[in-house]
Amino acid sequence: MTFSSIPVGNVKAIEKSEGYWASVLRRFSKDKLAIAALIVIILLIAMALLSPWISPQDPYAGRTLRRLRPIGTDGFPLGTDELGRDMLSRLMVGARMSLLMGVTPVLIAFCVGSTIGILAGFVGGKLNTVLMRTVDVFYAFPSVLLAVALSGALGAGLGNALLSLTIVFIPPIARVAEAVTTQVRSRDYVEAARASGASAFTIVRVHVLGNVVGPIFVYATGLISVSMILASGLSFLGLGVRPPEPEWGLMLNTLRTAIYVQPMVAALPGVMIFITSIAFNLFSDGLRSAMDVKS
Amino acid sequence: MLSYIGRRIVYALPIMLGVSLACFALVHIAPGDPLVSVLPADASEALRQQMMVLYGFDRSYLEQFALWLFRAAQGDLGTSIASGRSVSSEVMRAVGNTLILAITATFIGFLFGLLFGFVAGYFRDTWIDKSASVLSVIGVSVPHYWLGMVLVIIFSAQLNWLPATGMGPTGSAGWQMDWVHFQHILLPALTMSVIPMGIIARTIRALVAEILNQDFVQALRAKGLGELGVFTHVVKNAAPTALAVMGLQLGYLLGGSILIETVFSWPGTGFLLNSAIFQRDLPLLQGTILVLALFFVALNLVVDVVQSFLDPRIQRA
Repeated sequence: MTFSSIPVGNVKAIEKSEGYWASVLRRFSKDKLAIAALIVIILLIAMALLSPWISPQDPYAGRTLRRLRPIGTDGFPLGTDELGRDMLSRLMVGARMSLLMGVTPVLIAFCVGSTIGILAGFVGGKLNTVLMRTVDVFYAFPSVLLAVALSGALGAGLGNALLSLTIVFIPPIARVAEAVTTQVRSRDYVEAARASGASAFTIVRVHVLGNVVGPIFVYATGLISVSMILASGLSFLGLGVRPPEPEWGLMLNTLRTAIYVQPMVAALPGVMIFITSIAFNLFSDGLRSAMDVKS
Repeated sequence: MLSYIGRRIVYALPIMLGVSLACFALVHIAPGDPLVSVLPADASEALRQQMMVLYGFDRSYLEQFALWLFRAAQGDLGTSIASGRSVSSEVMRAVGNTLILAITATFIGFLFGLLFGFVAGYFRDTWIDKSASVLSVIGVSVPHYWLGMVLVIIFSAQLNWLPATGMGPTGSAGWQMDWVHFQHILLPALTMSVIPMGIIARTIRALVAEILNQDFVQALRAKGLGELGVFTHVVKNAAPTALAVMGLQLGYLLGGSILIETVFSWPGTGFLLNSAIFQRDLPLLQGTILVLALFFVALNLVVDVVQSFLDPRIQRA
């Protein structure tokens, strides 16, 4: 058999074939729902970053005279809260704390959890047993209970809430990372790399990381929505951000007493949490099907 | 069968021990002197030492843990600092109230989740499927404490149909099977049911679609079995997974009820946790969390065993 026996069309096809990430991007860009979700997320982040400059009023300045104005009041398009502060400005500035509290724990847990899981999966043996059984103990707690238990014992505050949420999200990520790494470790290409003399470090860097990080990342993006709800939930319980700092969960809590006076205004912070959570969920779903990762 | 149950229990024991250790450690990661809420501010050093000995804080961590575990195994979880009552009696009463709420919510969520899941799985890629999928995404994305507030706004504040808070009329001691108590549980249970509803609908949809694609369904249809007959086969195949998901969801709801109990002032474990946290009542916090977490592990165990009864293939895996 000579090279000329390969049909020309086939060669062309190979030349034209795209990389994996290009194909992911192509599939993702066809998913209208996921694109819409991504746009919403970008808008929310932009709003959070620019809020000190674009918010129409001072989010901390309240006046008892203008407490609990309805939506559509002159100068206060979304009304005012229980201390007479502008709701629109507080929702905009509140996006900073809410997004920070929702995204940071997943981000840190992604780094720590992947490291634990990949290490356990790649090294195996006793190290795997020690690491994964420890992870199992924390995985055995329902997530809300663990978050409340840790931040309750540590005491209220932003740092403690972030720490508690990070500890909540490390176990599920580590378990996924370990499962995927164990699968990849037994693949032929890893065996081939080892046989051709590649060091453990090279194998991990090139073969394991390259094939493992994608699925773990998709899984972690799916956790952001849970994290948003949990983080705002901790603030709602009084365990997260302290007043007068605007944060959607805390705002929902302090406005609870106003549901008989201004129900629409009182429900607004929850709408923001809901929109953010649903956007991250749809984005993650879109990413999962674009990357063809089985859930 | 027995060997499978045995293996599963052997696996759960170290987890339970680890969970207990984590709960024990909660008191020690808490900042400040653990005695600070017991002692007066001007307590003498001698009194402090005496209390240290009384509470066992002068011993090594290992001794303290062993002693705490030994007492907990006998049902003694210590004394609540705020109320002075035994922690176990407080927790047991609260667990009962939370169980009533969580079971009702799981039942509602399971019912509607199954309905949406089956319909969506059967009519894949039609508008019915799409709307069921949208509903389940909403179910898993909605902040349930906010949904609870919205339901209170609509049904209590605006329409005045249902009570906004509490488990029964003022003065009612506990749960009773009557209309007034049913009215009180309706809103919190509906709110709580949204999470398992979304998750069960998602799981069942994928499961039904997968089962309908299998060869045996083709064979059943080929031999002339009617749609109703095929449907019973699908139900039989989906049941073990559906029940397992339901059991786990009940566990999550039990452990995660604190937010909804806060919204509706439901006198359960969430309410207990809330007061324990804000009164710095560490024995109460520790005891409540231990009971809930061990309950969750035990429930997982039961779910696995029941599932292996229904689906013998699991034991061989």
